[in-house]
Amino acid sequence: MKSKFNFLQFLTRQGVKILPLLLAFMCLPAVAETIHEEKSLYRDIVVDQTDGRRCLIFNVFRGDRNQSCVDVDDREMLVFTYTRMSFAGLLLMPEPKKILIAGLGGGTIPTTFHDLFPDAEIDIVEIDQAVVNVAKDYFFFEENENMKVSVNDARVFIKRAGISGKKYDYIILDAFGGDYIPEHLLTLEFLQEVKQIMSPEAVLVANTFSTSKFYDHESVTYQRAFNEFFNFKLPTSGNRIILAQLHPLPPRGVLITEAQRIVGNLKKYGVPMLEYPNRLSTRVDWDMSRRALTDQYAPANLLKEN
Amino acid sequence: MNTHKLPKSTIICVAFVSGFCIMTIEMLGARIMAPYFGGSLSVWGSIITVFMLALSLGYLIGGRLSTRNPSPVTFAMFFIGAAVFSLPIILFADSIMKPIFMAIEDPRYGSLLASLFIYLIPTSILGMISPYSIRLLVDRSEHSGHMAGLLFFISTLGSAAGTLGTSFYFVLWFEVNQILWGSIVALISAGCFILLLNYLFNRDGVIAPQAQRYEKQI
Repeated sequence: MKSKFNFLQFLTRQGVKILPLLLAFMCLPAVAETIHEEKSLYRDIVVDQTDGRRCLIFNVFRGDRNQSCVDVDDREMLVFTYTRMSFAGLLLMPEPKKILIAGLGGGTIPTTFHDLFPDAEIDIVEIDQAVVNVAKDYFFFEENENMKVSVNDARVFIKRAGISGKKYDYIILDAFGGDYIPEHLLTLEFLQEVKQIMSPEAVLVANTFSTSKFYDHESVTYQRAFNEFFNFKLPTSGNRIILAQLHPLPPRGVLITEAQRIVGNLKKYGVPMLEYPNRLSTRVDWDMSRRALTDQYAPANLLKEN
Repeated sequence: MNTHKLPKSTIICVAFVSGFCIMTIEMLGARIMAPYFGGSLSVWGSIITVFMLALSLGYLIGGRLSTRNPSPVTFAMFFIGAAVFSLPIILFADSIMKPIFMAIEDPRYGSLLASLFIYLIPTSILGMISPYSIRLLVDRSEHSGHMAGLLFFISTLGSAAGTLGTSFYFVLWFEVNQILWGSIVALISAGCFILLLNYLFNRDGVIAPQAQRYEKQI
């Protein structure tokens, strides 16, 4: 679902244009090989490998949706644009010491963070034990002293962290359920709980979709919680990353300086950090009259289709 | 056979309402629990377990109560009682869930205990309605299976409608508490309707024979 490539849609849109290409492609030996299949409590999990690229796919029968991919021969390289985008938060919080990631997937984001900041304490919360197992068995994800996974609901984990006074510098919300982000992780009350666990300089990085009517409701909710946030979209991705902080956002100049400073460290992961500052926007491009999502009102999946 | 009579159509209508409200309240359970116990499958498991348990108790008690002087007034009280005991779902759910969340680390047992506190009583009372309705519907023992089938048909149809209505539409139009208030008002209205008809149909004098004629037409 986080992958943007819907093969059927692509085919219908492109029509005959790509047919010869497709035929040529079919003659090549590059066939996706399924190396693991598993039914978990929450979803069907498939691990496919095409040449050197290994991908984690959820709910394969509803259309291929790559959750996470890894290049087996170049493991550091981040395959998906949205994965790279989630490092844009480093422009606002360059040296995170405590990191929280909700939603493990193949574990590429936490692995990269651990590689970048070996001393940082990384907590990951993932609801599905099967996803944790698959990440370890097929995606080179490893837990260690500084990087631990809790099998729990993100809302429960964050509420508990807030009560016990834990603070994080870098929080990534990347938990996806059946169709989209689970409803209880989209509400204003949830964002208030997230704010509770943000250190004063912390950055919140939320992975959302840039299309769907639901966009308006979601944006209004984040605006209510944070007043302003950076909207981060790229033409090559169907994802919209929300970047928010507890204090007012820095001016673009600061972001550009920061990008120049850290771009070198991120090169091997394929993160084009220098492109990012100009893509971060505070412009309101949503319908502000839409209703904010609350624990009382959050029919996310129903709103998405309207 | 019964001294006090209600039109069959009324009993059938209110059974539909009770089935509808049971599932409306149950469907919203996951929403109410999610802020404290998350959206995992086990939270649904807790809610459904408690509802099944409560209904089974309700069936037992309702059936028992129907053996002694079955009366429309008691019947109406089930509806009003269920409505009153549903009020804590709106008014105190947070204050019930908060201490449980603090005391129990595992969301499975947390949600199970919270569901027990929030849903056991109102759902048990709603469960009493079905066997009691059957008692009020049955005139002759050879009709008992027929009436039980009819009653289950209607109340389960109500449950289907309540499930669909809540999960497809109500959550899109209203807030959780507004929907719950709607269920409470529906239950109280059903109770009052029974009381009103009971008064009209069983009043001594002029109206009673008319009422009996009306009853025969049905």
